[in-house]
Amino acid sequence: MRGRATGGMEASVELTGAEIIVKALLDQGADVVFGYPGGAVLPIYDAIFKQNQLRHILVRHEQGAAHAAEGYARSTGKVGVILVTSGPGATNTVTGLTDALMDSIPIVCLTGQVPTHLIGNDAFQEADTVGITRPCTKHNYLVRDVKDLARVLHEAFYVARSGRPGPVVVDIPKDVALAKGPYIGPADVKHRSYRPQVKGDAAKIKAAVAMFAAAKRPLIYAGGGVINSGPKAAKLLTDFARVTGVPITNTLMGLGAYPGTDPQFIGMLGMHGTYEANLAMAECDVMLNVGARFDDRVTGRLDSFAKKSRKIHIDIDPSSINKTVLVDLGIVGDAATVLEDLIKVWKAGRHRLDQKALKAWWKQIAQWRARDCLRYRMDDKVIKPQYALQRLYEMTKAREPFITTEVGQHQMWAAQFFKFNKPNRWMTSGGLGTMGYGLPAAIGVQIAHPDALVIDVAGEASVLMNIQEMSTIAQYRLPVKVFILNNEYMGMVRQWQEFFHGGRYAESYMDSLPDFVKLAESFHAVGLRATRPDEVDGLIEEMLRINRPVIADVMVDKTENVFPMIPAGAAHYEMKLGPEDHVAPATEDGMVLV
Amino acid sequence: MAGLASTNERHTIGVVVDNEAGVLARVIGLFSGRGYNIDSLTVAEVDPANALSRITVVTTGTPQIIEQIKAQLERLVVVHRVNDLTTGGPHVERELALVKVVASGNRRVESLRIADIFRARVVDSTTKSFVFEVTGTSEKLNAFISLMEPLGLVELSRTGIVAIARGTTGL
Ligand SMILES: Cc1ncc(C[n+]2csc(CCOP(=O)(O)OP(=O)(O)O)c2C)c(N)n1
Ligand SMILES: [Mg+2]
Repeated sequence: MRGRATGGMEASVELTGAEIIVKALLDQGADVVFGYPGGAVLPIYDAIFKQNQLRHILVRHEQGAAHAAEGYARSTGKVGVILVTSGPGATNTVTGLTDALMDSIPIVCLTGQVPTHLIGNDAFQEADTVGITRPCTKHNYLVRDVKDLARVLHEAFYVARSGRPGPVVVDIPKDVALAKGPYIGPADVKHRSYRPQVKGDAAKIKAAVAMFAAAKRPLIYAGGGVINSGPKAAKLLTDFARVTGVPITNTLMGLGAYPGTDPQFIGMLGMHGTYEANLAMAECDVMLNVGARFDDRVTGRLDSFAKKSRKIHIDIDPSSINKTVLVDLGIVGDAATVLEDLIKVWKAGRHRLDQKALKAWWKQIAQWRARDCLRYRMDDKVIKPQYALQRLYEMTKAREPFITTEVGQHQMWAAQFFKFNKPNRWMTSGGLGTMGYGLPAAIGVQIAHPDALVIDVAGEASVLMNIQEMSTIAQYRLPVKVFILNNEYMGMVRQWQEFFHGGRYAESYMDSLPDFVKLAESFHAVGLRATRPDEVDGLIEEMLRINRPVIADVMVDKTENVFPMIPAGAAHYEMKLGPEDHVAPATEDGMVLV
Repeated sequence: MAGLASTNERHTIGVVVDNEAGVLARVIGLFSGRGYNIDSLTVAEVDPANALSRITVVTTGTPQIIEQIKAQLERLVVVHRVNDLTTGGPHVERELALVKVVASGNRRVESLRIADIFRARVVDSTTKSFVFEVTGTSEKLNAFISLMEPLGLVELSRTGIVAIARGTTGL
């Protein structure tokens, strides 16, 4: 045993594996578990039944449990917990685990397993869960002996939340859950090798300050790492931006890391980012990347990405540095810790940017901003999706809502039109792009924040992928609002087919859609619909007034496209601003990109 | 990687890992999942008291890819140390092969003569065959094998490379 029990009452009392699990979860600060029962986890469900500290939320599909746990984790900064049975229960979580891995979300997923003596025998509901989930978790365990169970559970939480966070699976055979063994608390467990570097190298931080101080056209590019690091990182990032007076852009994952309504914020960058953010990336001379990973949605074509800049990259994950973009200075460490040191060094050195150059740089940015790249043509008969979101934002911003999304055009419009002034308010599937994420994620958010306004900005296609979770919403009386931008198309697919496949709309039309109002009603929710622009405000008012789950079916323009757009394989300066721009893949290579 | 092309290098990397189920699968999965090359891979427990194994992996890639491979290996929760022997200074690489040769007459005698030159040992013999054990660098083994081929090589088993840094310091 690696973590040794240190005497006392607790160590001498033997508990069943199932009781150990409940106790370990509580000791780790978990108050909720999202799950679905089955044969292999019945002993654990029995232990949950016999107590009332750990709350169980019954989802309707294990994928829903995984996304709900993600929503919980992203909106609280805590580890989300899932409990599912063996075989199909475990395999149903794979999409959610992969999603959490791609977006660095801390999750502990407990899976039941057939009893140890049957493992490898193709027993009923047996799946090689550790084998299947190895590539889609940060780490995973199969616990063969109840004596290891408490240690493994505490390790799992430690691994999930430390360093670059991620999902951890603990596979627990039924006999292990039934057997009796010792319990040890979190304080008695120390992982034997995993120690991510938190503090940045002092010499490199000094060099970074010198490099940044010499900039004429500086830019901060901040990502989800700032949010994962915690609210302190967002605060320090804001401090640093204010002290230096430089422009700042956020990735899709980083929205809320810097106040979205602040004049120094120049919008999201990337494929559907703002004109000013992408051009600032192309033109900056020193880039400070904090907790972003040079994702291909952000860089566009690599060989022409931000060529004029020297690059500083702060990341907790050493493998993120120099992975796709070579940087001049890589600093491994936690965003908050490194930013704190960076600010200290900046202030101690009384650094000040070249104010004349900075002024000229802001003037340039103002010119790009003046293009008003998010403008769209208003219509008085058809609801423009952008308009619906603009109204939703304006009418809800005072309540500082938590927004989740599905995946598609609506997701990009939500990212463009919502402004987040705080971290942990924006939950979207960035890395994996998982349709069906938003509705279950909203459940997790609403469970964690019962009194908050939680809205799933949805597409009609995506929301059907986990629509069964409306039943969970009903059971727990969660006043989640599902705001569907219904274009009767897989809009994002349709957009690519229009631009890159000659307008041949293969299988992207959503035929035979349900009547979402009736669907809401059958799930004990309220259904609302708007079909004309002048109905939008009324619909939103009504939705906000009703303290119950609502599905708002907003019938929007079926052929609207998301702009700006940097076609895959194109460079930032090849951005298309609107329908009048011809959009085509920039290169043959671009055509194969997704 | 577009725009970052440079020439391939071959690196020998020592990795100290927990000796537990699934560790090898994790390392191999990392290489296959991310499309890295494995030229050779060996693994065995080296520290039973602390349940540690050592993996020696030989891989090729651009300097940037090699850096990625090391960073990705270090990121695995079960990995304790990653040591690039190729950049870490002088080191020794060895491989062992067992080579079965079926031959008679002159060819049988010739195989023994070559074995002698390569300091290969006969570890099994019948009236019609020998099994030679030969140790050395991979190049030496390749040379030995190519000489044995025309003489009646029927079966070959190689360990893959193990490596260690020269000098006084331990990993
Ligand atoms: C699980 C899954 N399958 C397929 C895709 C590919 N995909 C990306 S966006 C999209 C269409 C989404 O349609 P909808 O939810 O109606 O959103 P819209 O783009 O119309 O706003 C599809 C099929 C995906 N991202 N996820
Ligand atoms: Mg749609």
